Amino acid sequence: MTTANSGRLTITVQGDREILMTRAFNAPRQRVFDAFTKADLVQRWYGPRDWTMPICEIDLRAGGSYHWVLRSPDGTEIHTRGTYQEVAPPERVVSSEQFEGFAEVGWRPEDASINTMVLAERDGQTMWTATVRYPSQAVRDGALQSPMEAGMNESFSRLDELVATMS
Amino acid sequence: MTAQHDTPPDSLSSTFAALADPTRRAILARLQQGEAPVSALAEPFAISLPAISRHLKVLERAGLIARSRDHKWRPCRLDADPIREVAAWADSYRRFWEESFERLDELLVELEQEDATDDDGE
Repeated sequence: MTTANSGRLTITVQGDREILMTRAFNAPRQRVFDAFTKADLVQRWYGPRDWTMPICEIDLRAGGSYHWVLRSPDGTEIHTRGTYQEVAPPERVVSSEQFEGFAEVGWRPEDASINTMVLAERDGQTMWTATVRYPSQAVRDGALQSPMEAGMNESFSRLDELVATMS
Repeated sequence: MTAQHDTPPDSLSSTFAALADPTRRAILARLQQGEAPVSALAEPFAISLPAISRHLKVLERAGLIARSRDHKWRPCRLDADPIREVAAWADSYRRFWEESFERLDELLVELEQEDATDDDGE
């Protein structure tokens, strides 16, 4: 059950190498900031519901680093690491973000992005805005496909043909 | 290694988990070209046959592939339905964040209640 005024996530492209995401939260800015920057709180929401977050290390200061690990029900782990470049509670955090274990464009180690999170409070609601800047347009476009789609996308049309012939 | 077969998790998230691994995605890509025995699937990877078998079990449990029971070599083939489900689940980048943020909405309510309890004192 979602509350009436929980926000809708928007994901848009901005310029040729950025993704812009926005989402409103029905909570004051400091609480939303904490939920994104305190390890014990991040572990309570980040990732799909039946995944766990066995590691969540956050050293929240300029030059500090973080290491997040998501674990799927079958034990597959997704590691994310980065460094904080700007930390201005409760308004703004700039950090790098790098995934481990992916070979697809947009998710390889060399495709690390610079993420800027801005929180703005209005009427008791907090608007979360995240700008994700990639090294190039090709990398940005790859990331938007998500790793599993990037890996499989080109096969889908062939698969659709296959299924069409089966039915 | 113990396999857990008790309660199948909801199929979409087990599909998501199975696809989270690059080797398993490569195996699926290979199977788009037609069914293949395990040895052929293992060939492009610098990993052992038992390791490939573990990947195949994950893919099989997620319903992404099927393995012939009545053939000596038990060749693997794609099971199209869950993959179509993933294809229909077109924007998994969005899906990841939407599900996370639903959880965050719930957490923010819990935190508010915890704050209120603290303010009551005692």
